Amino acid sequence: MTITPIRSLAAGRGIPIRENDIDTDRIIPARYMKGITFEGLGEFAFHDARFDEAGNPKAHPFDDPRFKGGSILVVNRNFGCGSSREHAPQALEKFGIRAIVGESFAEIFAGNCTVMGLPAVSASGPDVAALQDLIEAKPETEIRVDLEAMRVGAGNLDFGISMKDSYRNALVSGTWDSTAALLSNLDAIRAVASALPYIGGFA
Amino acid sequence: MSRNLFDMVWDMHKVATLSTGQDQLFIGLHLVHEVTSPQAFAMLAERGLKVLYPGRTFATVDHIVPTDDRSRPFSDPLAEEMLGAIERNVRAHGIEFFGLDSGNQGIVHIIGPELGLTQPGMTIACGDSHTATHGAFGSIAFGIGTSQVRDVLATQTMALDRPKVRLVRLDGKLGTGVTAKDLILRIMAELGVDGGLGYAYEYGGAAIAALSMEERMTVCNMSVEGGARAGYINPDDTTVEYLRGLPYAPSGEGFEKAAAFWKSLASGPGSSYDDEVGIDASSIEPMVTWGINPGQGIGISGRLPRLEDLEGAERDLAAKAYEHMKFTPGDPVKGRKVDVAFIGSCTNGRISDLRAAAAVAKGRKVARGVRALVVPGSKRVAAQARAEGLDLIFLEAGFEFREAGCSMCLAMNPDKLLGDEVSASSSNRNFIGRQGSPTGRTLLMSPAMVAAAAVSGEVVDVRDFV
Repeated sequence: MTITPIRSLAAGRGIPIRENDIDTDRIIPARYMKGITFEGLGEFAFHDARFDEAGNPKAHPFDDPRFKGGSILVVNRNFGCGSSREHAPQALEKFGIRAIVGESFAEIFAGNCTVMGLPAVSASGPDVAALQDLIEAKPETEIRVDLEAMRVGAGNLDFGISMKDSYRNALVSGTWDSTAALLSNLDAIRAVASALPYIGGFA
Repeated sequence: MSRNLFDMVWDMHKVATLSTGQDQLFIGLHLVHEVTSPQAFAMLAERGLKVLYPGRTFATVDHIVPTDDRSRPFSDPLAEEMLGAIERNVRAHGIEFFGLDSGNQGIVHIIGPELGLTQPGMTIACGDSHTATHGAFGSIAFGIGTSQVRDVLATQTMALDRPKVRLVRLDGKLGTGVTAKDLILRIMAELGVDGGLGYAYEYGGAAIAALSMEERMTVCNMSVEGGARAGYINPDDTTVEYLRGLPYAPSGEGFEKAAAFWKSLASGPGSSYDDEVGIDASSIEPMVTWGINPGQGIGISGRLPRLEDLEGAERDLAAKAYEHMKFTPGDPVKGRKVDVAFIGSCTNGRISDLRAAAAVAKGRKVARGVRALVVPGSKRVAAQARAEGLDLIFLEAGFEFREAGCSMCLAMNPDKLLGDEVSASSSNRNFIGRQGSPTGRTLLMSPAMVAAAAVSGEVVDVRDFV
């Protein structure tokens, strides 16, 4: 059993993607999900937004030399809507993303990020826009996403962030991989199951 | 104030409060398919864990399977590898599997209900966002990611925050030619694609009570398109009669006991909600989406919105949509040319959907230059359609009639749009690239509207056909 690291701080340069309602088909097109592992997904993150059908690069923040090596993704409203595919946050993480700051996240996406140990934190529209502006003006700025203080700091910016308490607790205590905790309640699982009328076939 | 169904079912399945503050919830039915499960099974193997309740776990194949030539090995080696993986995993863990050689194979959200696996009062999970479909029975059903699939396989439970519950009340009566699909597209247009964040939706009111079970599934299916992870409808006599006699439903005396239990779960008139909205069902027209998310839909007699009439984020999104769709703001939605017609998916691939489409197709011909595809949601749906002669009606009209699968809804299989084709589609998502071509364009509508578009070569009002 490996020791679970604690994910209370992520720091790095930023990558801004300005648009609401970016869906998981955009983040990882379904045709790249044909595989039995998550390996190699990073290169296909945002594939069709980055390359045309002949494979020529289009302008996209993921390939913008100014943001090269960025690890903090800064997005707008309802990011990650659509399918439940964990392939989406897996592709972002394998591309090198270590935290996502956005106005809001689709629920399954935010849950998937958390169980992988990838913080997805929310901030107000003006704060997100200011951070995106700052990254574009000064891409070298280090962004610090601090889950202890629940603040983002970058250059002269310093603002509060939010996320579900349970997600924060899981990340800062290193308990985001839930299987062992769930399994430790085995007796209670069996007790609840045996009390459900449909488990016994309504006999 | 009494508890609503959601709270009753949640409390009944709660195992513990976890240290994170989340609830640990027992999952009564776990449905598994080939795309989101192989990594989960691999994680179990790495940790030396087994499936805790294999008898409460059922698997099928739907996303990657071809809908024409199904001979093995598949021509796509990646698809073949995925099918091989699920076949090995279900065998190793003793999970009942509705594979290609089973008469029960089909889209996971079609077969759960039609086999009677999906029952009121259950908690249901599946590694697919359209798991919300099963809420039509008064179950609470969640789409989950692969790490959570691992959790449910290993523990039959998962860690969840309890959402708030919003009552979405549809008063009045749907007009002739207006379907459950139009109703849910209208809800998306009104409440927005992120309006449901943090909520489960309870759909209620006279227009919902009047729906058949298959129509209710169409409504609950698209809850997730509105941002709500789960949506449900209270069980009633319609629910009970649908389940009577299904292969995995209780039988004999057990069925009567079950029916009483199911109906006891329905939210009463005194139930409380965190929020409530009302929509007049009689004001709903056949709906068509014109943009790149399912909330960008309008009634068939409407015109595409002008950018100057929109504000802020909505305007930016519309501009992005017009750039992709190559439509002109202000044009009527009627008359948009279509290249492809797709009838199928977990939203609208059931027998009643095929009947509605066949009623329009009967005696007509698919317009020149249109590729038209009917893909039954399951082998049982396909068999029923053949028994009723619907396949012949479609073939005669110039549609292809395929084998069961997800097909062109998400194009993880050979069924795809080409280039910037415009597809009239009975599926659930019009996201950029969703139907397999990065420049492809999707117009979501009801199956009857798709059939009408197929025979007309353009978007038309199905009410002119009935």
